[in-house]
Amino acid sequence: MRLKLQDVRDVAALARLKMTGSELELMREQLSDILTNFDALSSVNTNDIEPTGHSADVDSVMRDDESKESLRLEEVLENVPSKHGNFVRVRSVLGDQ
Amino acid sequence: MNSQEIVKLTAHKAKKCLEQGDISSKDLTTSVLGRIKQVEDRLKAFITVTEKESIANAMDADQRIDGKQIGSLLGIPMQIKDNICTKGIVTTCASRMLSDFVPPYDATVVERIRRAGAVLVGKGNMDEFAMGSSTENSSFYSTKNPWGLEKVPGGSSGGPAAAVAAGECVVALGSDTGGSIRQPSALCGVVGLKPTYGLVSRYGLVAFASSLDQIGPITKDVHDSALVLGVIAGHDPKDSTSIKYDVPDYTASLKTDLRGMRIGWPKEYFVDGIEPGVESAVREAMEVLQDLGAQIEEISLPSTKHALAVYYIIAPSEASANLARYDGVKYGYVSEDATGMWDALEKTRREGFGAEVRRRIMLGTYALSAGYYDAYYLKAQKVRTLITDEFKEAFKRFDVLVAPTSPTVAFNLGEKLSDPLKMYLNDVLTIPANIAGIPAISVPGGNVDGLPVGLQFLAPHMGEELLFHVAYAYENATSWHKMYPEL
Repeated sequence: MRLKLQDVRDVAALARLKMTGSELELMREQLSDILTNFDALSSVNTNDIEPTGHSADVDSVMRDDESKESLRLEEVLENVPSKHGNFVRVRSVLGDQ
Repeated sequence: MNSQEIVKLTAHKAKKCLEQGDISSKDLTTSVLGRIKQVEDRLKAFITVTEKESIANAMDADQRIDGKQIGSLLGIPMQIKDNICTKGIVTTCASRMLSDFVPPYDATVVERIRRAGAVLVGKGNMDEFAMGSSTENSSFYSTKNPWGLEKVPGGSSGGPAAAVAAGECVVALGSDTGGSIRQPSALCGVVGLKPTYGLVSRYGLVAFASSLDQIGPITKDVHDSALVLGVIAGHDPKDSTSIKYDVPDYTASLKTDLRGMRIGWPKEYFVDGIEPGVESAVREAMEVLQDLGAQIEEISLPSTKHALAVYYIIAPSEASANLARYDGVKYGYVSEDATGMWDALEKTRREGFGAEVRRRIMLGTYALSAGYYDAYYLKAQKVRTLITDEFKEAFKRFDVLVAPTSPTVAFNLGEKLSDPLKMYLNDVLTIPANIAGIPAISVPGGNVDGLPVGLQFLAPHMGEELLFHVAYAYENATSWHKMYPEL
């Protein structure tokens, strides 16, 4: 599977990763190599085989609807890079500032 | 305690010495910190050494010992991989993205080892976000192998494995998504266990591939592995995939007789790319097992050849979703040099993640994207079922399986760094256990030109007791675990 440069550019945009032209080119080569190596998977007969999401045999877990102790607000906000009082400050979504 | 003694010291032996009053935890911890000072410049197995906290922890432990309190790891110096959250202690995941992240809570395993009295001496180096097989993907520095400083320690838990082998701690915790506990343990000549998926809580483990990740012990011998697993295993309501299970006393499984045990050796684990020295060591080990009374037979697990592809589609897919949270808003690195939200997001992720992490996010995003989902992700999940079913069939005939842990001994630093696919092939023999969610252990099983060989045992779901039984019997009959690196 050889990827086109445009495919790599599209995926980088989806993944929100900024890349330079030469990085995109190297990524195209490396991903193409990796995917080519995985082509054999397509020849495996998986008719009537159910997919496995994860291996533990557990169902949805619900707990009783009771309030529990949690982290204090200051603790939750401790690692926030930019704050305004008890709010998380984000950059403007519209416009460039 | 001198450095020779520290290198050889196991937790079960230290426990006896502490309980009998032969040594205090403070003295033991001071000796371990001294050993760290002696070798850490060369090894780089730590990201953070918690010198002050560890002495305070040790003095607490001494008080508890004096008060005749018990704790399975009371007073034992321990290192923890840096992707496991420790309250108030920086937890970096070896990434620039989290280089200043100080968790406001302890991971469940950390709560448990603290309750058991362990003394945290520091956080272990690793491949960034646990993505790698050599610890060269750490954003800070590479860890070196104590058996040869020009060699890699394996990865991604290279720091914990090297630290245990070099006596920079007595026991350690690592995490294993595709072999990240077992492969470095093999390359550093120590014991590494990946428990059954769901046996150990993942709460507080920085997520890489959530359907595969498990935390487990890295230790000097099988007895210590059983001791540590007994502390960290068990149901946790904070992890929805945690299994409700009465944790047994795993040390009761340390038996020396293998009469009646049926062991299969999957022939697909002995093919292409395996070094002759590794293969002959494992075949010799099989003779030892036979001499101990086990019945050994060949078995075929034909889907093994697809495990690598299945893993390198599923793990990056899950990673691309898990790592979407790193946006420079709530915590972690943020690019200063940006205008507006989208630019900040893209630059933060570009500057915060290293090359391998970016590669896996790209691979996973591609496999999950519209038009490719069925061909890659869904297909991989179906082949995952086939691999799992083959193991289930195999365990109808056999109690455990035996195989090499890694196809090679420790390789040179830099040797595989520029070729991602070559690096991925290191995991070919450890990945299947993660895909099926079964437990597997690596124990020292040979030595080729001064470098350790890892012997791997695999068991069915919740078969940890079988693993400890067979691994202990093998260890007891051999002396590979009593070889130590000279540093």
